[in-house]
Amino acid sequence: MSENIIEIEDDAFEQEVLKSTIPVLVDFWAPWCGPCRAIAPTIEELQKTYDGKMKFVKVNVDENPISPSKYGIQAIPTLIFFKDGEVSEQITGMVAKAKLEDTINTLL
Amino acid sequence: MPQSDYDLVIIGGGPAGLTAGIYAARARLNVVLYEKAAPGGQVIISDWIENYPGFPDGISGYDLGEKMLNHAKNLGLTIETEDVTGLDLTGDIKVIHLGPEKSVTTKAIIIASGASPKTLNVGEDKFRGKGVSFCATCDGPFFRDKTVVAVGGGDTAVQESLFLTRFVKKLYLVHRRDELRATKILQERAFKNDKIEFVWDSVVTGMDGLFAVENVNVKNVKTEEESSIKANGCFIWIGITPNTDFVGDDLNRDEWGFIFTNDRMETSIPGVFAAGDVRTTPLKQIATAVGDAAIAVMGVEHYIENINS
Repeated sequence: MSENIIEIEDDAFEQEVLKSTIPVLVDFWAPWCGPCRAIAPTIEELQKTYDGKMKFVKVNVDENPISPSKYGIQAIPTLIFFKDGEVSEQITGMVAKAKLEDTINTLL
Repeated sequence: MPQSDYDLVIIGGGPAGLTAGIYAARARLNVVLYEKAAPGGQVIISDWIENYPGFPDGISGYDLGEKMLNHAKNLGLTIETEDVTGLDLTGDIKVIHLGPEKSVTTKAIIIASGASPKTLNVGEDKFRGKGVSFCATCDGPFFRDKTVVAVGGGDTAVQESLFLTRFVKKLYLVHRRDELRATKILQERAFKNDKIEFVWDSVVTGMDGLFAVENVNVKNVKTEEESSIKANGCFIWIGITPNTDFVGDDLNRDEWGFIFTNDRMETSIPGVFAAGDVRTTPLKQIATAVGDAAIAVMGVEHYIENINS
């Protein structure tokens, strides 16, 4: 995994995501989820493209039950886009890179 | 023969597409594979693969997909993340549209875009990710000690239901007939599993809940009797529909949209081949998809030799 994607735990969620000064993409994933592992390279590519403009964070739902349940997540991969501490878009399941780029561009 | 960007464009990165890539790379064709999301295809959402030779203990769907991907990459196959939006198949040089502004040209095409799970169309869309799922390995652990409904009677429905019983308290398997279509070994396991209760001759007619699924409504197709199952999840495995939105009307397809081919994987247009779940194959398995793809690349090589001579 790219070192520029931060893996966070529940107790860092507020600081890293909700209080971020730039928009954040949170990737809720788990090691047992094939599609989560399959989209990881796409997320890494996006991180390189949008480095400094958008923050990329991963939350392992196995180890961190609080934030997934707060956002009603019952399926992964779920990607949530945050801007100014608010959810602006939520995407569940496999998704094309172009769609993610479009979503990011609307937030920047 | 006019020039083209590629000899061969492969559309789709599942087992058929990756196998086509392996054979094409070894044939030293000028080839590219386009995958719109992530390589692997439907395989990567499968919990466990037990019928693909060479893995006597079985292998997880993700691991098998990753091995196939690495195999293709090791041979130097170019794989690009692109969404094919349309095809122009009228000339000898075929045009592949990648969005509104980008296109490439090629002599031959292998369509290996696969298929996607069919939906029930009973209003389940608003509960996607809120109880409605097509992927047990992704979402199963969210239903620990809960009750879920699964729909379908084929291999996927039974295999994935068995996987779900590791987590759930109870699983109702709703099937529209009074017997399963799944292979016998899976049936035996399902009948022995005391967490699974079969709801025969029944279809799901809808579901409701405030924020997520709370009730799944079913109807018995023989008695017309309607009932409601209290459940937090509804997993849908009622078959697949081909990913052929980009194909257009030039290729002959069956009433469900699957592409007709002959036994050499040739479609109704010379130079255009189809392999795997996207074509009218009698069996949709990884083993058959990879076989299709190998045959298709042989056809591509012959086709290119002919048009070049």
